[in-house]
This record gives sequence, C-alpha cells and structure tokens, in this order.
Amino acid sequence: MGNAAALKRPMARGASESAIDCRVDKIYYGKFLAVRDSNIAIEKGKITGFIGPSGCGKSTVLRSLNRMNDLIKGFKLDGKVNFLGQDIYAKGIDPVVVRRHIGMVFQQPNPFSMSIFDNVAFGLKLNRFKGDVEDRVEHALTRAALWDEVKDKLKASGLSLSGGQQQRLCIARAVATQPSVLLMDEPCSALDPIATRRVEELMLELKKDYTIALVTHNMQQARRVADVTAFFSVDISQGGRTGHLVEAGPTDQIFDAPTQTLTKQYISGEFS
Amino acid sequence: MMAPDANPMRATAPQSASSGAPSLEYNSLEPRALWNLFLTVGAWAVAALGAVPLLSVLYMLITKGGARLTPELFTELPPAGFELGGGIGNAIQGTLVTVAIASVISIPVAILAAVYLAEFRPNSQIASVARFLAKVLTGFPSILAGVFVYAAVVLLMGGYSALAGGVALAVLMLPTVTLTAEGAMRMVPQRMKDAAIGMGCTNAQVVWSVTLPTALPSIVTGVILAVARVAGESAPLLFTALFSNYWLRNISEPTASLSILIYNFSSMPFDNQIELAWAASLVLVMIVLSFNILSRFIGRPQV
Repeated sequence: MGNAAALKRPMARGASESAIDCRVDKIYYGKFLAVRDSNIAIEKGKITGFIGPSGCGKSTVLRSLNRMNDLIKGFKLDGKVNFLGQDIYAKGIDPVVVRRHIGMVFQQPNPFSMSIFDNVAFGLKLNRFKGDVEDRVEHALTRAALWDEVKDKLKASGLSLSGGQQQRLCIARAVATQPSVLLMDEPCSALDPIATRRVEELMLELKKDYTIALVTHNMQQARRVADVTAFFSVDISQGGRTGHLVEAGPTDQIFDAPTQTLTKQYISGEFS
Repeated sequence: MMAPDANPMRATAPQSASSGAPSLEYNSLEPRALWNLFLTVGAWAVAALGAVPLLSVLYMLITKGGARLTPELFTELPPAGFELGGGIGNAIQGTLVTVAIASVISIPVAILAAVYLAEFRPNSQIASVARFLAKVLTGFPSILAGVFVYAAVVLLMGGYSALAGGVALAVLMLPTVTLTAEGAMRMVPQRMKDAAIGMGCTNAQVVWSVTLPTALPSIVTGVILAVARVAGESAPLLFTALFSNYWLRNISEPTASLSILIYNFSSMPFDNQIELAWAASLVLVMIVLSFNILSRFIGRPQV
C-alpha cells in the first residue's frame, strides 16, 4: 500500500530492448490494403508515440499489437509481431492470452456499468488473482492518480464519473493486472485540456513500470510525452489509401531533424 | 400611414408603429398562438381520452369486486352453487404456479437464444430464421398455443395438468422474452464489449461478465412484462390446465386459474359466484398492474 514509488523498476535505458517488435508487411481488411511496410520496435520502459494524418493506419497498427483487429471481419496481417520473442500471429497462439499481457486503453472512456471497485477488480477476477484484491485495486487507482477522488465512493458506478476520471479509471483497470505493455489509442481525444494534462502526466508516471505505445492525433502530445515517435502517412499517389510508416526515431530527432520530406511537411503543418 | 397590406413584413414580423423596431412581445391573439393553444388542448384531451378505458375498467372492478376483497377471498376455496361466502384461493395459487412453471421453462431458453442472436452469430442464417419465427410467434393466437400443448403434452401425459398449462404459457412467453433480451443485449455499447475483449475475455466471458449484467435491468423488464401478459391468458389454459375446485397439490393435476375462474363464474346463475368473478378480475388486474409498475422501477437506466 502506498509503496508505488518503491516499486520502480530499473529502466532499460540505452539498451533499447524492445517489448514488441512489430514487422508488418501488409494489413488487409478484406481486399483493401490498409497498411504496408511498417516495422517498428516498441522499446521497454518507454513511450512510443504514433502520429500521422487520419487514415494513415496508426490505429490499425496499434490494434494489431494485441490482436484487437481479429474482431474485424476480413482482417489479415502479413508479417510478424514479436512480443518478448514470440510471434503473436503464429499458429497456436491464443489471442485472449495475448490481450491479458498487452493491455489496452481506448479512445472513448469505456468503463463497465458496474462499481468503480469492480471495474478495477475485473481483470483480477478474470485472471483468478489469488492475492489481496482490495490492495491491488487501491494500488491501481493510486497509480492512475484517481484514488484520492474515488476512495470514498468505490461502490458508486464507474459511469457516474466525469469523462477524464472515467479514462483514468480505464487506465487503472488496465494496469491492475500489471500487463507488460499498455496500448493507448488516442486516450485523450474525448477529454478536455485539463483532463488531457492529467492523463499525460499519468503516462509519464506509468512508463516507470510499463511500456506504452500511444496513438495520438495531436502531434504536440507526442512531443510532450513520447520518447520515440513514429510517423505514419498515406500513399495517395498509388490511388489507394494505404498507410505506412514513414520514419521512426527519438522524438527530438523526428520533430527537429526529420530525415524524410513527408515528415518535415507534416511536422511543419503543411498537411494534416 | 401605411396600409397593413402594403407592408411586406406584416405577415411575419409585426412592426411597432412608432419606432420602426419589430415588436418582440408575445401576442396571444396571433393566429399561430391560437393554433398552438388549440393543438395543446387537443393533445391533452386525446391523452385523457386514452386513459378513459383503463380508468373506467378499474372503477368498475373496484365498485363491483372491491366489496369481496377480504382475507377469505385469498384463503378459501370457491363455493358450490347456492353456497354463500368462499374465495378464489386456489385460482390465485393456480395462476402463480402456472406462470412460475412458464417462467422456469421459457426464461433460460429465451435468454440463451437471445445470447446467440445478439452476440454469437447475429448475422447467421439460423439467427435470421429464428428471429423471424420469434416475431411470428409473438402474434401467434394464444388459443393455438393451447391446442398445440393439448396435443403435445396433455394427450401424452394422459390428462390436463398445471404443468401443461405452464408449458402453454411458456410458448407464449418465449418469443417476447427472446426478442426483448436480444434488444437489451444489443443496446450494450460496443465499446464496453471492446473493453472486455481488450482485457482478455473470451466470448463467453464477455457475455457472462459484461453484456448480461449490463443488459439485466432491461431483460428483467421484458420478463416482467411477459409474465404480466401471460398471467391474464385464459385461452391456452382452457385446453391444458382446465379447472379445479380444489387446491393444487401436484403439478400433474388440473388447476384453477384466475382467468378461467372469471370465465366460468361470470356465466353462472348465482350472485355469489358472479361477485367472486368480479373480485377475481380485480385481483388479476392488480397483479398485472403491479408487475407493470415493478418493471418500470427495475428498468430505470442505472448510472
């Protein structure tokens, strides 16, 4: 209890060990080629930001990292996504188990229609967690910077919270089971600036313990929080709307000294 | 001074004569204000008219059957001809038992069917056929449900029984509960289901721990309304549960029910029985009404 700070793990800085090594050749939705040639490593203990214009495939790639796209009819991925050395698209891999190790926070806050406590304890029950559930819930809510606001009303419905609180509740729910990686798909796009700021501070706090991949529509957000930034764009030239990774690198380099013209144009606001 | 007709603005925006600024005051004699008043009063009148049948039926039942609303009504057996007093205890018991049997049979089947329709294979051929048949079955004449169960259960078991009555009512409940439960589960936002899948739930876990609990209030509402509807059915019971003048001791025996008791007693030449029929009608309406009110409380959106 309250020993969040003591739990800090040593960071794998410099070693740039990757938690997920994503090697996407092609992603199809039915016959539509949505994404091509996007190789990106999600490094341990860092925040990797995915930026790019709408329809560039950044969310598609993110949702491929825990097989959430399996739900979409016609989804097909050519390539590999290695999670701690295992290809999660290999035969015999259970997507359900993959998702228990790679948590997800969605664009719209989506707490369950149950109490705040039960929301956070949901994943623990799912994984038949044997330890002290109450302690874990408190810890997760503390990590999500929500404990002080909700500690007196844990029995209240998760849906009674404000949008920003709901999103932090969803983050608490995701971190309660201590997944290795947290995928965040535009987690602030439905939030006001104050709530956004809190969630961003939270991400910076969380990266001490978790590896985070963050899709954001807001370039400045990537600049504020991401260690590594990946810029995706769309080929309009080839007639289709196929997205691909243009370049990835340390955030400062992508924003201050991009190597690709497309990146330079996007960063300087020539298109969006 | 300008003639009113000469002002092209006159029809829509009256001008005050002195300043030339438009008058923004409410004028209750304007045509649209009068029309508005007329329609508002009309809507109130029609709404009141709609309530007249229910209120007049309630009034009649209370004046004619209210006098017999005594404890004996609920605890005693129906009287024989020329006998005074008596009650409708066994009919209330019979109605509750047959409805309970119907619920036990239909609710699990209906909810599982709804899970299939809403969650597992919503677009499959089986689902669209099942959905179509359920819709047909909701408009199914209830007397035919009775005839069907007569052939399928009564003849097979060799006699009328409360069980057969319950099966007939279950046939009537099944489609309504299935369709309302399906609708309730479809109302659960996809993002909640996504959240559950993102946590690493299997399909069954999504349904069991997220979809069903979230949809539960609406499902319960649907169940209560279906129960209220079949509680008042008489036609399907005529061929299945028949009637009895005694307490029900075993569900393989025929049983009395409120609706059949009303039907039987209202055509008897005895004042006592006719009074009991009125009282039974009142009790039945009260049961149905209280189920409806209950469903409104449970079905409230929970935030």
